[in-house]
Amino acid sequence: MLSSHGEIRSFGDEKYKVVGTRPIRHDGTDKVTGRAVYGGDTRLPGMLYGQVLRSPHAHARIRSIDSSKAEALDGVKSVVTAADLPPTASDEMVDLGEGPARVKFMRDNILATDKVLYRGHAVAGVAATSPHIADEALSLIEVDYEVLPPVVTVLEAMKEGAPLIHEDLTTMELGEDTDKNSNIASHMQHTLGDVEQAMAGAHLTAEFEVHTSSVHQGYIEPQNATAFWNQDGMLTIWTSTQGAFTAQRQLGAILGVPVARIKVVPQEIGGGFGGKIPVYLEPVASLLSRQTGHPVKLIMSRADVFEATGPTPGSYIRVTMGVDSSGKLVAAEAYIAFEAGGYPGSPVFAAAMCVFACYDIPNCLVDFYDVVVNKPRSFAYRAPGSTHVAFAVEKVMDELAAKLGVDALELRIQNAATEGMRRSDGIVYPRIGCKECLEVARDHDHFKTPLEGPNRGRGVAVGYWFNIGFKSSVTASVNNDGSVNLVEGSTDIGGTRTSIAMQFAETLGLAAEDINPSVGDTSAIGYTDVTGGSRVTYATGWAAYEAAQDVKAQMLKRVAMVWEVEDDEVEFDDGVFRHKTDASKSLNFKELAAKLDDTGGPVVGNGSVDPAAGVGGSFCVNIVDLEVDPETGKVDILRFTAIQDAGKAIHPSYVEGQMQGGSVQGIGWGLNEEYFFTDEGRMANSSFLDYRIPTTLDLPMIDTVIVEVPNPGHPFGVRGVGEASIAPPPAAIACAIKNAVGAQLCVLPMRPDRILAALDEAGDRVSVAAG
Amino acid sequence: MVWIPSLMQKLTGGAEQVAVTGATVRQIINELEAAYPGFRARLVNEEEDRLRPDVAVAVDGEISNEGMRRKVGESSEVNFLPAMSGG
Amino acid sequence: MIERTLGDMGKIHVQCVINGDEKEFLCEARESLLEVLREGLGFTGTKEGCNDGNCGACSVTLDGVLVDSCLVLAVEVQGREITTVEGLAIADGLHPLQQKFLEHASLQCGICTPGFLVASKALLDQNPDPTEHQVRHWLAGNLCRCTGYDKIVRAVLDAAETVRS
Repeated sequence: MLSSHGEIRSFGDEKYKVVGTRPIRHDGTDKVTGRAVYGGDTRLPGMLYGQVLRSPHAHARIRSIDSSKAEALDGVKSVVTAADLPPTASDEMVDLGEGPARVKFMRDNILATDKVLYRGHAVAGVAATSPHIADEALSLIEVDYEVLPPVVTVLEAMKEGAPLIHEDLTTMELGEDTDKNSNIASHMQHTLGDVEQAMAGAHLTAEFEVHTSSVHQGYIEPQNATAFWNQDGMLTIWTSTQGAFTAQRQLGAILGVPVARIKVVPQEIGGGFGGKIPVYLEPVASLLSRQTGHPVKLIMSRADVFEATGPTPGSYIRVTMGVDSSGKLVAAEAYIAFEAGGYPGSPVFAAAMCVFACYDIPNCLVDFYDVVVNKPRSFAYRAPGSTHVAFAVEKVMDELAAKLGVDALELRIQNAATEGMRRSDGIVYPRIGCKECLEVARDHDHFKTPLEGPNRGRGVAVGYWFNIGFKSSVTASVNNDGSVNLVEGSTDIGGTRTSIAMQFAETLGLAAEDINPSVGDTSAIGYTDVTGGSRVTYATGWAAYEAAQDVKAQMLKRVAMVWEVEDDEVEFDDGVFRHKTDASKSLNFKELAAKLDDTGGPVVGNGSVDPAAGVGGSFCVNIVDLEVDPETGKVDILRFTAIQDAGKAIHPSYVEGQMQGGSVQGIGWGLNEEYFFTDEGRMANSSFLDYRIPTTLDLPMIDTVIVEVPNPGHPFGVRGVGEASIAPPPAAIACAIKNAVGAQLCVLPMRPDRILAALDEAGDRVSVAAG
Repeated sequence: MVWIPSLMQKLTGGAEQVAVTGATVRQIINELEAAYPGFRARLVNEEEDRLRPDVAVAVDGEISNEGMRRKVGESSEVNFLPAMSGG
Repeated sequence: MIERTLGDMGKIHVQCVINGDEKEFLCEARESLLEVLREGLGFTGTKEGCNDGNCGACSVTLDGVLVDSCLVLAVEVQGREITTVEGLAIADGLHPLQQKFLEHASLQCGICTPGFLVASKALLDQNPDPTEHQVRHWLAGNLCRCTGYDKIVRAVLDAAETVRS
């Protein structure tokens, strides 16, 4: 009970001293004593407090904004609107670090110009001497709206004659403008082989159609930003962000200021899951600071977080798959439509990459659509898009297994993706761990233990995330006591200072505790992309490895100098510098570090990487046991096991943490998380009371198995583990509910009322006498 | 060998794969443009002389971060695919 | 009996004890204890997650009773004793709960951690030998989005054992 160390199944044979151990994280004490400074904790002399006025309507034209009464209120220092942002060329693009974005849309999402596109859309910002005065001022700003009909679901928005959210938006088809005015921003397609012929020749096919609701990342720390625009023109931002450098670039684009004039200081961040990649408050705080000459702090309310920051899209998905008589998948077809929110750019592209990624299927057709609706601009949420499509595909796999009369897990193993397989989007797999994860599941005690009792069922599902590489930088300075100060550019959301430092320590034969890692601001470290895409331990860890190699090369020259021998006479082995032939000459790292002052001064190593090849995706398998209450439709999770390929777990406890956290987000998504919208397009549940994320009481322990199929593309075999774990839970739960009570659930979340309705449909509902 | 995205196969008369020679992705695109006029405009932002932001290129199954400068071997396989955007 | 006086700009004078030390401050009637702790007094270890009593990130104890400080008006703490996360560590080191949270890797982003620690201490103060279910029931008012709670629950059970011995 008390040990929190989960099981590890390793398929690699590398031996390490630091990698794979479980040291206490370097920033841990600050975080358990309350000393760690998060974005919202920022306090500066003369600081003002800001608030943002937001649209009460889902879709409206702004006729006019009159802020004169607000400006006249005692204590109010400034009011800003979109008119304070620079004018925008309509086709200007900027790269956020996880893909390109249109500047016009980014600016309009910060402060609306002509139209508001969702309830919660920012319209004006106020700075005052206290947050309460700023709040009062909001009520004095008069906005004249012409309310327009909203459209809030993807299928409704795709209909001919639907209200157009952007009158000038036309559907793009891979570089070709269809010139068709529509809410469909883009239609894309992946094809592999001949799906029509293969489907026609299939022994059996199964189809499943699903709808999923918008869900929120649900980080506990609200968005925040403090800005100070100095009189010399230098803008400094203190914020909780997943990427200081990408925030800097966004700010440069939105404010029309060169990045050289912007410094972003990443504070500790209270969760992100994709939602803290975009900036929201930072530009508003900046404008308010420029106007007042004071630092200005803004913090979102929880309702603002729900109504104005990126949920992950609602979706409509239809999947058909066919097998031959041996159970081999021969064809698969998917239609995927995602709600982008008010502006184009949903993660439907990622969904299309993931949809058939777990299986070897020679003939595929994937049609996918990015559709604007009157909801907050959608953003990434942990394995963006993969959870949606896994729900559909895994249900089809269970149906095929049932029709074939075979075990659903065995059918998955039979068809599992393996090295060399071509995916429907054209990517060819390097070494991956899909099959290994499925086989570990089959051999797991959980799977082998019979589940007994009425209304109980077991479900199995697999999900995938492709992971990203991208740019990372690390700088290492050797202290004369042999400790090392490590500055890295990745904001630390889950203990990555330590997983990065451990890779550095391993390379130089040091202990994790010898390294003092810190996260640098944009003026203190080389460019580093977002903490996202499961990339930090992989890519920034790799940069740390490169920085360690740089330190080692410099230290070898120093040891040659100390012994007054040639450079090529010395070597580094297992943490010790040795003379190749004279066994009497050896110095360990600490001893040599003490001699740096006399041999040329400081040793500073650098590492920068931008890995494109060898990223290596990660697969996660769930086994879930649950019980359905046929009277109320409530589901209780009885036992849950997550099995995921980590390549090599640098710090297994934090790998398990990622798996457990992703699993529980997936459970919440599957069972009770969703945005409720009124007919007017207003979110009706924008609080943690009504948007209910899982609590301690809703869950059992989350068992984990880390599967280590080393990634040949990384110095330590690492695969990012941050995301794949969220993909399979809703699917596994849906399969388990079907196995428990026969109810076929095709809408997320699988609320009690939907389960009762599905039970009615299945004809299995226990009739309960009234009274 | 270049895999032609299905939405661009109109340009190649329905051909799914086309054999083209070139030492870089840029040369491949120029060869394709010579054979199938209009191809380049679908993939390239001429003003910035780089791939359009909604297009990615994969060489031998791995997505490239070097865009049109990416070197291509004689037996390489090139895929153009929709880029992940805004995530 | 401490006399309450109106300070400048209609502010109210409040005296209380925070983490064992006497404190006094001026506040407006509408300000919450959370606001005064964070913005006024600099006890930023107490976090704001929702400001409406649903996430528990701002948990503190008031005369030993666990409360959400966002739901307490600052003027209500006149003459009372408050313990925040900053008051948990003892002179010669971390509280066993803090130590076990580190050992079990019970935090990822760490924003909910102060609230969980304060809430867990309130539990162990009244029940030093809780079952897993009692821990889960007690902590259901504290939300964590990163960990899935597994390692938090284990750390609390482990810390209880240390506290008992």
